[in-house]
Amino acid sequence: MRYKDYYKIMGLERDASQEDIKKAYRRLARKYHPDVSDSPDAEQLFKDLGEAYAVLKDPEKRAAYDELGANWKAGQEFKPPPGWDAGFEFSGRGFDAGDPDAFSDFFEGLFGGARRHGFAGGRTRFDASGQDHHAKVLINVEDAYRGASRSISLRTPEVDSSGHVVNRTRQLNVRIPKGVRKGQRIRLAGQGAPGIGNGRAGDLYLDVDFEAHALYRVDGKDVYLDLPLTPWEAALGATIKVPTPAGPVDLKVPAGTRGGKKLRLSNRGIPGNPPGHLYVIAQLTVPPADTEKAKELFNKMRDELPYNPRKHFEG
Amino acid sequence: MTRHAVTGILLDEQVYYSLKDVCHVCGCQTEWVVALVEQGVLHPTGGARQTWQFPGSSLHTAMKARRLQRDLDLNLSSIALVLDLLEEIESLRARLDMLGAFTGVHSSPGVERNSQFSTR
Repeated sequence: MRYKDYYKIMGLERDASQEDIKKAYRRLARKYHPDVSDSPDAEQLFKDLGEAYAVLKDPEKRAAYDELGANWKAGQEFKPPPGWDAGFEFSGRGFDAGDPDAFSDFFEGLFGGARRHGFAGGRTRFDASGQDHHAKVLINVEDAYRGASRSISLRTPEVDSSGHVVNRTRQLNVRIPKGVRKGQRIRLAGQGAPGIGNGRAGDLYLDVDFEAHALYRVDGKDVYLDLPLTPWEAALGATIKVPTPAGPVDLKVPAGTRGGKKLRLSNRGIPGNPPGHLYVIAQLTVPPADTEKAKELFNKMRDELPYNPRKHFEG
Repeated sequence: MTRHAVTGILLDEQVYYSLKDVCHVCGCQTEWVVALVEQGVLHPTGGARQTWQFPGSSLHTAMKARRLQRDLDLNLSSIALVLDLLEEIESLRARLDMLGAFTGVHSSPGVERNSQFSTR
């Protein structure tokens, strides 16, 4: 197991007062709370913080931890010296019964003894619901139109025959329903951590997120597509084959289409009741004047078309 | 090993949960959920408490509220404020993403450095 520097995690000196520890915890908890922070590491940082606080706020545990000495480096390979915890008694529940996953091996190695007995001892049986699990699934826009399935790896803590908690990885194949939108959640009842005793198993929640797509942007159930047009298509109108997540369609671009104009394809957004819309946004592009012929044509337009796009600049 | 595909419930506005269900799923007390309704955090339909219907997204909101209370020691009105602000940040971020995409590669080349101009 690796040594964890609880003081460093909390940004504290080793002589910090209990009051300092409490203050640092509150400040960092607000900063790292996974529901508030947008840092991708928020969950781990918050977990580490919780573990560090569980040890440092408790004078018995803190004294035992301090006993290990100050010369360890975070991440260094660590083995508790034999019998190191003799003379310390850890009272109270140092962990969340439903979540054997919560604290690190390091914490387990130091303070987890009592807990393992709790699991193994058949006499002191207790029931607790299993923890809910959360996972993120990435899908693409097309999946939201058709539905899809995704294989998800889940780490489930299990108690082995000798009463130790081991993490087992299992694969779960999950159907992603058609019509799902970004940020929606799928609940799989009973697919979280197993319960203890007669407790029910936890649930699994999947947060659905969309992968960035080269063509489409998604806003709720509406989908946006940029449509580059030539000046003559925009000026004269045209029928253009346009890709959509459900397959290509022929889109009629009206004559006189300006850049930025939104063309709506009703009910061709993400399916649902009601379905979203697909918006095609016209983008005007200018062909390069890199040949004699092209230059000649542009010159001709300049000379023959009385067009001033900056009329509104002239008071 | 489970190999066959399992189907969950999509927590959208087509799915409804009773007050009892919300408490059961989120592992919280009835009074706590009622307080969230009174704070305007959850919006059930269906008049009386016994017939309240919570849309699927309420589960996530209720669990988030409970985590905020447990981990940050917040009171109800602070939780309501945090949830409102988080929602606003989320929608601003989504808008920013859309705008970022609009000013992407082919829509506009961005601000060109060293554009030639004179102030005369």
